[in-house]
Amino acid sequence: MSAVTSTTQSITLTIDDKAISCRSGETILQVARENNIDIPTLCYLEGLTVWGGCRLCMVEIAASPKLHAACATECTEGMTVRTTSPRLKQYRKMIVEMLFAERNHVCSVCVSNGHCELQNMATKLEIDHVRFPYRFPRMEVDNSHDYMRLDQNRCILCARCVRVCGEIEGAHTKDVKGRGVLSAIIHDLDEPWGDSQTCTGCGKCVNVCPTGALTHRGTAVGEMTKKTEFLPYLTLMREVKL
Amino acid sequence: MTTTTTATTTRPTVATVWLDGCSGCHMSLMDLDERLITLAGLVDILHSPVVDPKEFPQSVDVTLVEGAVSSEEDLHKANVIRAHSKFVIALGDCAVTGNVPAMRNYWDRSDLFDRAYVENAQEPPTAEERKAILPLTVVPPLRPRATPLHEVIKVDLYLPGCPPPADAIWFVLTEFLAGRVPNAMSVSRFGK
Ligand code: SF4
Ligand code: SF4
Ligand code: SF4
Ligand code: FES
Repeated sequence: MSAVTSTTQSITLTIDDKAISCRSGETILQVARENNIDIPTLCYLEGLTVWGGCRLCMVEIAASPKLHAACATECTEGMTVRTTSPRLKQYRKMIVEMLFAERNHVCSVCVSNGHCELQNMATKLEIDHVRFPYRFPRMEVDNSHDYMRLDQNRCILCARCVRVCGEIEGAHTKDVKGRGVLSAIIHDLDEPWGDSQTCTGCGKCVNVCPTGALTHRGTAVGEMTKKTEFLPYLTLMREVKL
Repeated sequence: MTTTTTATTTRPTVATVWLDGCSGCHMSLMDLDERLITLAGLVDILHSPVVDPKEFPQSVDVTLVEGAVSSEEDLHKANVIRAHSKFVIALGDCAVTGNVPAMRNYWDRSDLFDRAYVENAQEPPTAEERKAILPLTVVPPLRPRATPLHEVIKVDLYLPGCPPPADAIWFVLTEFLAGRVPNAMSVSRFGK
């Protein structure tokens, strides 16, 4: 999608009353960020393919009754986009509240406390409580790997780990099993991580995980920090080789 | 601000209650340090783990509640608080989300009891002995789940944090006393 071809055209559109021009093929999210317009995201990560799963990046497009995922919608000529409105704010809050209610997030005892994209998103969206009843499901923690851990309690199913493992590391150890609320991240054919023959132990999944779901072992409360700077670099290198 | 209590002044009245929490939120309240003296000059604290009266007062302007609702007694207290308070603040993550006390919710009560009182016993008790050991009488019965306060009563303001920092408590209280409804997320977050 990002390949610049000879058919690239210039497009003009309006985002939040600002007249903007961009290249055809660019998404609303890319163009908004290039113009310092903030759209909240969780599943999107620059350098990975677009997933369109979390729906946090929803925007309004004039003359369309639906909401559109900014990360997965290409700009078109004359488009008028609104990235904030009471309706969008309400939906974004609901989405994040549902993420909290779906699994078990106990920030006070979480290794990612203070360095977590989900926790930060709650603060940013001014979510001071969750209006949906918590499910309190009983979830597994996979401790089988020598130095990494998957805690299903904290997973928001953004699939960043699945994408980095398949697309960047080329291992495709990780995948998603099940449907709906029963979906879960697995290794190979749903085996313990430590038994995986395909995992190279690169740790990329840990670093792209926005929450405390994928962490290094031996970290205590608040000690787990992530580094994602490697990703745009590796993606760029790959494109240069092509 | 007016009050219908028997307090000798017409200063706003405050209560603080400790349900299923570790007391950390009250410790954070204590961390107001010398501001506690200022606070004592602004409000009457009618009921709290740190003051004498044991019964919840007839009417309070604002009640801060620490802790999740875990036992039948917690539920009873929550209902009394609501009926007798004009404004209820959920103080800290246990009251706001269930937090650590709600981590027991992943198992059912009988499995929890077995883990705590049977499996870890030096001599495995008989079925008869098991009944006598389990905390089913005298102490308030555990509810099936520990829940956030707002799952059982209406809450007017949420102050997350484990614990909410003293500065956040001070901000919320002083804003409230000034007649404003503060935005707690500007001063605290989940976890903290
Ligand atoms: S993953 Fe983030 S939101 Fe979930 S408990 Fe940990 S710090 Fe809190
Ligand atoms: S460590 Fe690397 S190879 Fe292993 S699961 Fe994570 S991303 Fe895939
Ligand atoms: S483990 Fe982390 S990166 Fe993977 S889906 Fe869950 S939250 Fe996303
Ligand atoms: S960031 Fe667009 S759907 Fe998740």
